This record gives sequence, C-alpha cells and structure tokens, in this order.
Amino acid sequence: MTRPILNVTDLAKRFGGLVATDNVSIDVRPGEIHALIGPNGAGKTTLISQLLGELPHDAGRIELEGREIGKLSTARRVHLGLARTFQVTCLLPDYTVLDNVAIAIQLRQGHSFRFWGNVRKDSALREKARGFLRDAGLEDRAEVVTANLSHGEQKQLELAVALATEPRVLLLDEPMAGLGHVESEQMIAMLRGCKQRVSMILVEHDMDAVFALADRVSVLVYGRIIATGTVEEIRENAEVRTAYLGEGEDLC
Amino acid sequence: MRTPITTYLSLAVLLVLLVALPTLADLANYPAFTSVATRVLIYGIAAASLNFVLGFGGMVSFGHAAFFGIGGYVVGILYQHYSLGEPLFGVFPGSNQLLVTVPLAVLVSGAMAALIGALSLRTGGVQFIMITLAFAQMLFFLFVSLKTYGGDDGLIIRRANELGDLNLRDRQTMYYLCLTIAVSFLFLLWRIVNSRFGNVLIGLRQSERRMAALGLSAYRYKLAAFVISGMGCGLAGALMANFLRYVSPDMMHWTKSGELMVMVILGGVGTLFGPFIGAGAFIMLESLLAAWTENWQLGLGFILLLLVLYTNGGLQALFSRLFRRDA
Repeated sequence: MTRPILNVTDLAKRFGGLVATDNVSIDVRPGEIHALIGPNGAGKTTLISQLLGELPHDAGRIELEGREIGKLSTARRVHLGLARTFQVTCLLPDYTVLDNVAIAIQLRQGHSFRFWGNVRKDSALREKARGFLRDAGLEDRAEVVTANLSHGEQKQLELAVALATEPRVLLLDEPMAGLGHVESEQMIAMLRGCKQRVSMILVEHDMDAVFALADRVSVLVYGRIIATGTVEEIRENAEVRTAYLGEGEDLC
Repeated sequence: MRTPITTYLSLAVLLVLLVALPTLADLANYPAFTSVATRVLIYGIAAASLNFVLGFGGMVSFGHAAFFGIGGYVVGILYQHYSLGEPLFGVFPGSNQLLVTVPLAVLVSGAMAALIGALSLRTGGVQFIMITLAFAQMLFFLFVSLKTYGGDDGLIIRRANELGDLNLRDRQTMYYLCLTIAVSFLFLLWRIVNSRFGNVLIGLRQSERRMAALGLSAYRYKLAAFVISGMGCGLAGALMANFLRYVSPDMMHWTKSGELMVMVILGGVGTLFGPFIGAGAFIMLESLLAAWTENWQLGLGFILLLLVLYTNGGLQALFSRLFRRDA
C-alpha cells in the first residue's frame, strides 16, 4: 500500500454544543479519488474548510506528504499543495474568465509586490492560463466577464482555477451541484482526466458521479465517519444503507 | 485588448487644454479660475488616493483626511521651525525647501498610514470604517490641542516653500507645479493598478475568500495599499499647505474625509480619472451652489443622490456612455 499523500487523524471541531467534526480520520493516496458522502449537515464542507485552514480545528493532525500542516495559514497550505473548490461558486465576478485563471498562476509564482509591469501584457502568464482554459473546455469563453457565465461554466471555471494553482491534493466541494446531465458527464470526464496528476477528496451528492469516479468512499454522518471502503463495500454496508443510501433515491 | 487610439487622442487633447488653462482663464478675464483649477488638482490627488483603497481595494476608509492633514502639517511645522530658527525636537532643522518638505510629508503620512492601517486592517466592513474614523478624529483633536502649532487657529505659512527659482506664490507657477505632480501621480497609479499588485488588490475587493483559497495572505497587500494611499493624501496635503499658505486642524476633520469620499463617488468609484472629475464637480458645485444659497450642501446632496441612483458609476461612467453614443 502506498503512503497517503494527505493523512488526517482524529480531527475534531465543536461549535459550542454542536460537534461538527467528531474525531475524523481520512486519508488520500497518490492518484486516488476519495469520495466523502453524507446527508446534508453532516459536516462535509466544514471538514474541507478545516483541511484548508479557513476554519481552525480543535484537535487532531493534518499531514500533507508527511508534514504536519494543521497549524499553518491557509496561504502556506495552498503553497504546499492544497486547493479547493467551492460548493457555491466563489470566483472574481468582475474579471474575465482568463483573468480568473491568470491570477491563480500569478499567486503560484510568488509574491505580488510588483508595481510596474502590466500583468495583462505578461504573455507567458496569459498563455499558461489559456492552457488551463483549454483543458477545461472554456477557451472560447476566455474574454467573457465571469459574472456572465452560466452556472455550469462557473463550475468548470472553479475547477480550472483550482488546477491552475497546481495542487497535490484537491478538495472538491460538490463540483456537480446544479449541473445538468451533459455538464455532469463533462465534469466527470475532466476529473477523471486529471486524476493522475492530482489526488482528490470529492464531496458529492450525485451518486452516479461518486460511483463513477471514486476509488474509495467514506460516509460522514453527524460529523463522524461511519464507514470507509471501496464503492462495492459501501454499497453493501448495512449501516450506510440505513443512515444514508436507504433514504430513497432522492439523495439531495 | 488594445487601448483604442481615440482614448490616447482625447487624453492628449485634455492635456493640451489643461496646459493652456491659465492662458485661457486670463483671456476670459477670469484669472481666478487658475486657482480653482489648482484646488481641483490637489483635491483630485487626495481623492484618487482614497479611491485607490476604496474603489480598487474595497477598503472603505473614513479617515483619509488624517493623512491629508498630516501632509499639510509637516510643511507647516517645518516652516515654523525654519522661520523661528529652532530645530524640531532640538535636533532637526526646519525647512522651506519644497524638495525637502514634500517628500518628508509623503514619508510621514505613509508612516502614519502604516500605523493606522496595521491596526484597522485587522477588522473589516463597518468596524473598519469606524476605526479609521476614530483614528482621524484622535489626530484632529491632537492638533487642536497642540498650542505650539497654532491649536485651533492653525498655522500660517508666511511664504510658500522654495523650489529653485520658481515663485510658488505665483498663481500660474503653482498651477503648473500641481499639474505636473497630478499627471505623474496619475501615471503612477495607472501603472500600479494594472500591475501584479493591482491585480491582487482588485481581486481582494471582488472576493477575499477566493483570494485566500488561491494562497494569498491578504493583510500585507491591503496594508501596502493603505500606505500608498496615505502617502498620496499626504502629498496632496503638502501641496495644499503651500497653495493656501495655511494649515489647520480642519484639514483632518471628519467632514473632510466625507468630502473626499463624495468626490470619489461623484466621479466614479474604482476608476482612474473619476476622482479628478469628482473633485472638479465638487468644487464647481460648491462655488456655484454657495453663491446661490448658504445651504449649498442640500443641493449637493440631491445631485449626489441623482448621480448615485441613475448614472451607475458616477460622472466618469456618464461621460463614457455619452461619448460612446457619439462615436
């Protein structure tokens, strides 16, 4: 078994009396997609926010490539190779699609205390950004202001921006949410395509997507992981079926 | 996306008009207009500085008059020590040399902005507005109580600073000095806004959360922007002190912060030329309406209301829409 690239042990978070994350241990191996499923309010997004450091955790360890990153700032963690996408898309609405990707690359390249050169005339940067847009199938939309994109395109751009930071581990928060059937298929294909380059934690309600993409699945209920296993194991797990899958076909 | 040639042309025409303005004012038998234009340029620099953090960076500072006032007081205090021949703090000699006083004014207001910014930028939103306001008011009352430097009455600078052989008391000379500085300042801002730093700053206004997820430590960039902005206001204050040959605590009163903000909103938040247009409109309206009624702020309020409600981006947006219709 290969050593996990991201290893979370006994992570805990409380909001007053509410236990949002209850001694969660989860790991991701290189080149793996580890899906995290669970009913609404189970604490999936809270977990992602803690992994990236947007929200401090109360206890536990987060290790990226063997290095404890739990006390580092979000910025440091991103530089070490973590990235996330947002459930409700979080982009720069007044900027064009290309600008959104270019700024991600810019920040990857080091500090931005450069006051003179025109960043939009930096052809190396622009070209690199175009490359990421090409992979995301958004090349034709490069000069469109982001606020004018369709919901599906914004989701694709979220992914392109996250990939532009060249992460080692990508934390995906419901990348399929609100997508139509065709768009979901595209997204699945795209995620499968970058699997070799980047490992992922995939939070998703769309079971078809989870079963199509995931190497392993963990089920989070009330902040606690009740099962981890391969897709088949999770499908067969009785506890999971009652807690989650058994609630019927309507899983959103 | 190239800047259209018409933009460069209209900028060139504008510059020629600005250079010719004092001559035109004399020809129109209204030489005092040159002084009005000088005031517009100085307030334009201050408003553009405020706009740098407010419009581009999304940090609503309600205390920028503090830096304007500090810039002015640096010139005033240095002049007082120069004329009395007593060194400041017993060490630094005073000065009446523009090339000494203005850079010092910029540095001191930048240092003050670093101090105030370092504390206020730990907050955001309404708290940020209130803290910047509180700092500005503290400085206001500090200078009101500083009797050595005139207290409430302010400081009179008997002679404007010296710059080579130029006579800064001369209306036209002062105008050209301010025009040169304003144009250079605008050029500098233009470069910064389009640089990597500006890119980050404008990104932060749009979504701080997104920028954090991209690995940005926002605080140091916001602080740097705040310091640049404070330095710009200090520069304007130093010029104003030379222009009026007078400084008083009124320069840092909270209503002055409000006026700067009104100029920014009138002209167009987050635009390069907007604050200068806004400063022009504000000063014109002030003198026009004040000649008509002493409650001129009421009229100004209505105009501001209409502009905010209907232009969708201030005078700058209004102009560019009118121009595009012509073309």
